[in-house]
Amino acid sequence: MLGSGILKGLAVTAKNFVGSYHDPARMVTVQYPEERSKLPENYRSFPLLVCEDAADPMGTLRCVACQICEKECPPQCIYIEKSKDKKPDATGKPQLYPTVFAIDTSVCMGCGICAEVCPFDSIKMDQVFEVAATDRFTELLLNREQLAKPNSYYHSIHPTEAAEVDARLAAARLAAEEKAKAAAAAAAAKAAAAATAKPAAPAQPPSAPPTASASSTAPAPGAEAPKSYSRVS
Amino acid sequence: MSVTAEAGTFLERAPLVLRDAVVQWFPAPLQWLAHHLITIVAILAVFGVFFAFTTVAERKLLGRLQNRLGPNRAGLPWIKGSKLFGLTQPFADAVKALTKEDIVPAAADKLLHFLAPVLVVAFSLMTFAVLPFGRNLIPVELDAALLYFFAAGSATELAIFMAGWASRNKYSLLAAMRALAQVISYELPLMLSVVPVVLVVGSLSTSEIALAQGGWTFGFLPHWHVFTPWGFFGFLLFLVAALAESNRAPFDLPEAESELIAGHLTEYSGFKYALFFMAEYFGLTALSGLGVTLFLGGWQAPFAFLEFIPSYAWFMLKLIGMIGFFIWARGTLLRLRIDQLTRLAWQFMVPLALINLGNAAFWALTSGWSGPLQFVRWGVSIALVVGPFILLGRGLNGGRGPRTYRYATS
Amino acid sequence: MNLALILISVLILGSAAVALALRNLIHSALLFVGCWAGIAAFYLWAGAEFVAFAQVLIYVGAVSMVVLFAVLLTRQSDAAEPMNPDSFSRFMRALVAGGGVAGILVGAILGTPMDVSTAGPAPTLTVKEIGGQLMGPHAAALLIVGLLLTVALLGAVVIAAVDRPEKSEDAS
Repeated sequence: MLGSGILKGLAVTAKNFVGSYHDPARMVTVQYPEERSKLPENYRSFPLLVCEDAADPMGTLRCVACQICEKECPPQCIYIEKSKDKKPDATGKPQLYPTVFAIDTSVCMGCGICAEVCPFDSIKMDQVFEVAATDRFTELLLNREQLAKPNSYYHSIHPTEAAEVDARLAAARLAAEEKAKAAAAAAAAKAAAAATAKPAAPAQPPSAPPTASASSTAPAPGAEAPKSYSRVS
Repeated sequence: MSVTAEAGTFLERAPLVLRDAVVQWFPAPLQWLAHHLITIVAILAVFGVFFAFTTVAERKLLGRLQNRLGPNRAGLPWIKGSKLFGLTQPFADAVKALTKEDIVPAAADKLLHFLAPVLVVAFSLMTFAVLPFGRNLIPVELDAALLYFFAAGSATELAIFMAGWASRNKYSLLAAMRALAQVISYELPLMLSVVPVVLVVGSLSTSEIALAQGGWTFGFLPHWHVFTPWGFFGFLLFLVAALAESNRAPFDLPEAESELIAGHLTEYSGFKYALFFMAEYFGLTALSGLGVTLFLGGWQAPFAFLEFIPSYAWFMLKLIGMIGFFIWARGTLLRLRIDQLTRLAWQFMVPLALINLGNAAFWALTSGWSGPLQFVRWGVSIALVVGPFILLGRGLNGGRGPRTYRYATS
Repeated sequence: MNLALILISVLILGSAAVALALRNLIHSALLFVGCWAGIAAFYLWAGAEFVAFAQVLIYVGAVSMVVLFAVLLTRQSDAAEPMNPDSFSRFMRALVAGGGVAGILVGAILGTPMDVSTAGPAPTLTVKEIGGQLMGPHAAALLIVGLLLTVALLGAVVIAAVDRPEKSEDAS
């Protein structure tokens, strides 16, 4: 009959009205500043620089100032200056490090190419989105102190990816250690062979950098956050 | 309001007593003026506040109807963290509207552009003058009150035209024409749905119509017009026509904020826009008040034992109920197309309203019937409502079966 | 009492005169509507409530729309040039027609016996009495007008109801 559709519709909205008061599943609104929904793991906003030790972020940056990201960045928002000296990196090799590492987040478009191309797993995508500032030329231009975030933070935002990265780095470190050990052994054998000729030729120090394994108190890959968008109250 | 009610509880008499007490302070020659001014100020204050809270209630209710929360953040400005369920939202809106820039197009007719919102608010406020808000609580007792109501209401059309034309914008003008076509189309069913009440009561006076609906059958069945077949159907027609007349969804084509740029209000901004908005709500409130008076028993209590509650409280309760229904309809129904809109008015509502008029005439003629003839009376009257409704509904739907959706599911 | 009458008369005559003088047709039409509203105010002053509200409802509400729509639909251009009479004969014909109407009206007004002195308190006529008068002595006139209006209404419904044949072709 004419009008039955209208009555049906009115019934639906009336059900909504009543249900909205006692059925929390109906209400999808997240009242943002007080309540936040969990960000999806793959959400990304701006780049960050991973360091190993939160206590000494500048000393333990994974970045080796190779400048690949700077060259790849489509809007060219990354600026890097290389250091003159070398420091041991995550795998223990002596490497350069950036004395200046700046990202202009007012220019950055969040494409994530820098993180993809980084061969040292140093630059990763952050999840911050409340980056409003009153001055675009100073407050949005982040330097390396502002960009550096400890590995534990990286684990907290991208647990799966961070676990993979850590495993890869650990493997690389192990390989490096074994290589170093083999080299040391070879050197020792050599040294033993040529002990009489030349005493005490110092080989590569076999010790791995102590920072990496110590600081990465990351959650296990199994303890991945639930992927639902349930409200965080 | 010439007669001060001696009868009734103190609460029932309170507004009149208060008014008379204030009037006493004025010198005798000015008392008549004070008398009317107090009435005007009371209406402005009560319905101004009512308008403010109608807007927030509408937004909250719409939210709930769509499983949202609605505005709930506006609190007191100087207390941090106070929220008050967002009840101060209308005042924040008012401040925003007042402080916005008032842009008048360079080519606009400045005088008419200014006059249109003023007139539209003035006319919509004038309609409140003849609504009986309670026992003996009517601002102006007029013999032809209903006619006055529609006269004041129809004058708003002029303001719509002025708004559209004075903006000197072709979209505004076209939208004003559309709005006028809608308002004029629906004025006819609106009035035709009201005429049966006049026919049965035998008076154009709103206070007499409200009085005529007093009393109860068996002590609990009120004699409201909505509880008669013709009254119920007239009320339905009135509801639909009132929705269209006050440009509310699903008949909000003149404004259609998601499709047009507010139609004839395109060139209005700031407080002038707010005035149109205000006039729309005043018109809605006045039409709801008229519907309450004509069909829902006015200020009469629904049950005899509830009469201790003052009559104006009953009127306001019914008014809030009507407006709540309008909001509910807005949260439910989709906007009509202009051809559907006029088709509904001319092909469906006008014929049915005319038939309903005959139905009411039959009802008035057979008022003497009693006993088993009462059943005949009710049966014939109900048949006169349901028959044409179904037949016309089916006839108009011929060849327009249930709509099938190609891309949407369920 | 008389002050109100003077004010109303000034409103009516003033708006009519300004409406004649204005170049902008819409302004003229709106002033014309103001003139009608003034006439309604006059009826109200004279105690004819019903007629006054009917005047507002019909003239200010409805007829004004017809006038305004007609002006909008027929206007040639925005540049409202002063219309000079094309020829002397046309001017004379307009003068004769206007003068004739004015003469009849003035004659009718002057011919009406206006017994101001004996006019006591205005008779208060309720809507019910008007109804009684209409259904009694003036029933024939009411029936004819009612029939005419009903025919007009039905005609409007029929015009609205007719589906154009070509409309069915572009099935959407």
